[in-house]
Amino acid sequence: MKDTDIKRLLYSNLLCVFSVFLSVFIPSLFLDNFSILETHLTWLCTCSTSVTGVNLLLHLVVKPNVSSRRSSLSHKVSRVLKCCIYFLLSCFFLHIIFVLYGAPLIELVLETFLFAVILSTFTTVPCLCLLGPNLKAWLRVFSRNGVTSIWENSLQITTISSFIGAWLGAFPIPLDWERPWQVWPISCTLGATFGYVAGLVSSPLWIYWNRKQLTYKSN
Amino acid sequence: MQKVPVLLFLAWVCFLFYAGIALFTSGFLLTRLELTNQSSCQEPPGPGSPPWGSQGKPGACWMPSRFSRVVLVLIDALRFDFAQPQRSYVPGEPAVSVPFLGKLGSLQRILETQPHHARLYQSQVDPPTTTMQRLKALTTGSLPTFVDAGSNFASHAIVEDNLIKQLTSAGRRIVFMGDDTWKDLFPGAFSQAFFFSSFNVRDLHTVDNGILEHLYPTMDSGEWDVLIAHFLGVDHCGHKHGPHHPEMAKKLSQMDQVIQGLIERLENDTLLVVAGDHGMTMNGDHGGDSELEVSAALFLYSPTALFPTAPPEEPEVIPQVSLVPTLALLLGLPIPFGNIGEVMTELFSGGHGSHPQASALAQVSALHINAQQVSRFLHAYSAATQDLQVKELHQLQKLFSKASASYQQLLQNPQEAGASLRTLTAELQQFLRGARAICLESWARFSLVRMAGGAALLAAACFLCLLASQLAVSPGFPFRPLLLTPVAWGLTWAMLYAGLSVTTGSKVDSVVLGAVAAAGSLPPFLWKVWANWGSTRPLVPLLPAPLPVLLLLLTRLATFFSDSFVVAEARATPFLLCSLILFLVAHLHWEDQLLQPKLLTVPRLGSSAPTGPPRHSGTYALRLGIGLLLCTRLSGLFHRCPEETPACHSSPWLSPLASMVGGQAKNLWYGACVGALVALLVVVRLWLRRYGNLKSPEPPVLFVRWGLPLMVLGTAAYWALASGADEAPPRLRALVAGASVMLPRAVMGLAASGLMLLLWRPVTVLVKAGAGASRTRTILTPFSGPPTSQADLDYVVPQIYRHMQEEFQGRLERTRTQGPVTVAAYQLGSVYSAAMVTALILLAFPLLLLHVERVSLVFLLLFLQSFLLLHLLAAGTSVTTTGPFVVLWQAVSAWALLANQTFYSTGHQPVFSAIHWHAAFVGFPDGHDSSTWLPALLVGANTFASHILFAVGCPLLLLWPFLCESQGPRKRQQLPGCEAEARARPEEEREEPLMEMRLRDAPHHFNAALLQLGLKYLFVLGVQILACALAASILRRHLMVWKVFAPKFIFEAIGFIVSSVGLLLGIALVMRVDGAVSSWFRRLVLAQQR
Repeated sequence: MKDTDIKRLLYSNLLCVFSVFLSVFIPSLFLDNFSILETHLTWLCTCSTSVTGVNLLLHLVVKPNVSSRRSSLSHKVSRVLKCCIYFLLSCFFLHIIFVLYGAPLIELVLETFLFAVILSTFTTVPCLCLLGPNLKAWLRVFSRNGVTSIWENSLQITTISSFIGAWLGAFPIPLDWERPWQVWPISCTLGATFGYVAGLVSSPLWIYWNRKQLTYKSN
Repeated sequence: MQKVPVLLFLAWVCFLFYAGIALFTSGFLLTRLELTNQSSCQEPPGPGSPPWGSQGKPGACWMPSRFSRVVLVLIDALRFDFAQPQRSYVPGEPAVSVPFLGKLGSLQRILETQPHHARLYQSQVDPPTTTMQRLKALTTGSLPTFVDAGSNFASHAIVEDNLIKQLTSAGRRIVFMGDDTWKDLFPGAFSQAFFFSSFNVRDLHTVDNGILEHLYPTMDSGEWDVLIAHFLGVDHCGHKHGPHHPEMAKKLSQMDQVIQGLIERLENDTLLVVAGDHGMTMNGDHGGDSELEVSAALFLYSPTALFPTAPPEEPEVIPQVSLVPTLALLLGLPIPFGNIGEVMTELFSGGHGSHPQASALAQVSALHINAQQVSRFLHAYSAATQDLQVKELHQLQKLFSKASASYQQLLQNPQEAGASLRTLTAELQQFLRGARAICLESWARFSLVRMAGGAALLAAACFLCLLASQLAVSPGFPFRPLLLTPVAWGLTWAMLYAGLSVTTGSKVDSVVLGAVAAAGSLPPFLWKVWANWGSTRPLVPLLPAPLPVLLLLLTRLATFFSDSFVVAEARATPFLLCSLILFLVAHLHWEDQLLQPKLLTVPRLGSSAPTGPPRHSGTYALRLGIGLLLCTRLSGLFHRCPEETPACHSSPWLSPLASMVGGQAKNLWYGACVGALVALLVVVRLWLRRYGNLKSPEPPVLFVRWGLPLMVLGTAAYWALASGADEAPPRLRALVAGASVMLPRAVMGLAASGLMLLLWRPVTVLVKAGAGASRTRTILTPFSGPPTSQADLDYVVPQIYRHMQEEFQGRLERTRTQGPVTVAAYQLGSVYSAAMVTALILLAFPLLLLHVERVSLVFLLLFLQSFLLLHLLAAGTSVTTTGPFVVLWQAVSAWALLANQTFYSTGHQPVFSAIHWHAAFVGFPDGHDSSTWLPALLVGANTFASHILFAVGCPLLLLWPFLCESQGPRKRQQLPGCEAEARARPEEEREEPLMEMRLRDAPHHFNAALLQLGLKYLFVLGVQILACALAASILRRHLMVWKVFAPKFIFEAIGFIVSSVGLLLGIALVMRVDGAVSSWFRRLVLAQQR
């Protein structure tokens, strides 16, 4: 592991953070009355697209993972299709989890689903970009001593912090402050976004500080 | 460690908690007995006819009325200084501009222009300064406390004698407008009423504008004798913005206009009262007893001259309750029975210019009537309860009889008044103030010392639980001396305290006695532990591990400090439970990838012990987790909304089936409920069958086979009768009525007899003995008798033949000459949990009967949930052979959360109005004659059903991992890759799972584990009650303290007591089974020796 690697990780992560900020400011140029709270669903869509776009871009440009040996067109296409299916499945899975957690079943379906989409964007999309549609690799990364590179380490941290952020976001909902952001699922999406950004920023730093202790099995 | 010390130790810890709870409660919850006696016109409070002989006159009761009509304007939170007249500023001094000062200009103007018509008082309010309590005080003249014993918790209606009641019984027309709290307090008392919701504190204008819309038209219509307008804007403005906000100025100016408008419309026979019910703090809150909260404004005005003198420079300070007797006598009504206020004598002087002698006499007679009434009340109250101090009561009585005698004298010769009049007035006032003082002493003061002491005791008990739960599993810790010394110390202290109080002559307070004993027994224990602890061991391992579980616990405790979270706890608990479940699953996954064969956080001392088998396929835990989440969500559908959230809709499934209209849906629901009952029965039978315990010929098993279906039948029949009782043909009415009495009693009786049977013969084991089996112990001969021929029993039946042989090897050696005897015992591996599960289902049925029909689905979910949770937890626990056995923190926390969640999903809320009172009539449809304990027991069992079930079932947390052991080898055999390994270690392959017999092998560790389990559960519950107590005491000035925090504390406290008793019973049951198994072994050996 070299410092240049960490630097690359930092820059790419900052780019992701930047994409989140872009999603806040860019739409207001084109849309009237755009604000995160009032046109929340629009923001969710733009944020999801921009984060996905930047992730894909990074995947294509930086290529942190070892590219697969076979690179025929059909293989690539099937890979991309598989990725899409995985993304959709993860959206549905998260939606079900939210409903099991207590989200309303029938009302606010669109809101809940978009929350699932944005959380999938923060968690599943980086996984797909880095690890591909390979569940075994995912399970390996999210277990103790399972990471094999700083990229995977960063992925682990950002994903977990996104989930924790979304979880913490649920706490203000019952409070009687009557703020507009306490409405389901705004506080949760905001929490997930903050968690994602915090994970992106903190993971390179954490890796840098612990670079002596971190030994990856195969890198 | 023996069994009895374990139980005693737990009981001692429980006692510590109880003492803490009792001490805190005695300081925090002020109690008072409500008397339902009524004053009436015909019965004057005492002998001595009034000088004017007004008995016969219409419209006059104890005194002739001075006003026929009254307008009462109640401005919520009108602090005294809001109404205080502002003197004109001295020129040169900068004018202080505060939004709330000097805004009620009309009062000031009237006080200056008509000094004999109006008067402003500073009324001194008694805490708690919350609106409902104040309204009670303003109408009953008493000091309402939080728990007015004897009141009907289901509604807030005032049962005591009060002004409104007196007015209605005198035939006066009362028109009310404003705060809808009055609707709850005086249902149906008003001839006309305009109620507006007081719920939304942020809405400043709806209530006030609503009142203003109706106020003047009503007033002009003249269709009223008493007009009450309760404005909320000032109070809401205080809550929302605080008093130092320009909004407050606007609001007060609006009130000023209202008063001005009213004064212009007043007629000569009308009295105007403008009163604040309480004050507010600098932040605009109220509820406590700070100086700003307890000072309220009181303003009286009448178009006719009322006062003999001009107002004093500084307004007089009077108790708020003084208004009650004053108003009653002014309106010619009897003073409410429970009033302890003192009349404002000035108002009885007969106005400006009346003869001073006559006016003084009138004042004294008003005072005397008031004193007679208070004396009558004190008599009645002290006859009903022992709250009041006897000594002071005697002194007061003496004072009263003296004053009464001199009053009679005065009546006989009214000429020589003068000085004696004045002394008489002073005496009567002294009596009234004394009476008020002793009532105040016992009813209306938080005892901060007791609250702090109680909280400290609770905290110490929690710490002790933590400490002892760590020590319990460490080998060779001397628990017997650790128990004996503190108990001895505690007794000594208690004796000392009792002796001291007896010698000083004061009453022995049992609460303080308990607290002294508890506090006295703590230091010796801590000292001993400290001495044994050693310096090497750090304190860190004390805390619940792993870290997320600790955080989760802390989060849960933090939620008790926010009223929003307490209100929303029904949703927050499932959220936390789901989080814990997902964490457990994720944690399992995280740890699965360890390079070594997995073993979780359990410290393993016996290193040579075979590890727990790597049990399950990858998705096993995930499936369990998803199932749990699903069950949690489903049981969340049975949700009753708290009053505080008007937007929320309670589940319609919590109403009884009898209230349903529409036959088809009703029948379907009925079918579903009976289906749930049958499913519950089938689940338990299947479970017992799977572990083989259903084969046993023992009486409890027979009961499960035959008694449980009977109970299901009885319950179903009872539900059918209860839900369709109205549709029964008239001929069958008597039969139906009889059956609805008998059926529930029969079911409860069956359950009780089943429990008795279980206690009598708790060992559910099938024994087969046969001669001539192989003598060599290396080869195990599987018994192939008739009951085990089923394939599914082959692997489950725990054959512990070899194990027993080893255990009793020595004795068998001696009997070898008589020929070998082989004994095979089945189901020994699940003997403990079989007894527990049987006990739980036997408990569940009567509890189920107390709920409405559709809650049976929740009970089914409850059993499924706990089953899944136990499996999930067992998947994360390793089994050690030799101990020490450990129950993990996450297991205990999840169990407590599940209990709490079930409390809500069975349709309960921690508020008194949500208690299911109908439970008291199950089996007693005509009510109970005079006994109160039986209905209390039934309602309590209904309310705390989940606490009881989960506390009794707590030992399952320890037993289940051993039970799950039996599934291990089978799974392994199915894996093809393992065969080679299995062949390489034939010894292990052949080893039968010992399951719960591992516990028996190490009785010391078993008892220690039970102790640890009990302590951990008590800790988790105890921390909750500690958090509730701290929240209630820190937030005792909070707006919601009497509405949210205090009921929550009471429910938690009772829940804790119920849970701890249940826990002790559960552990005692396990010990009983253990003892029975031991004696069973002994008998077996004796039989073999023969």
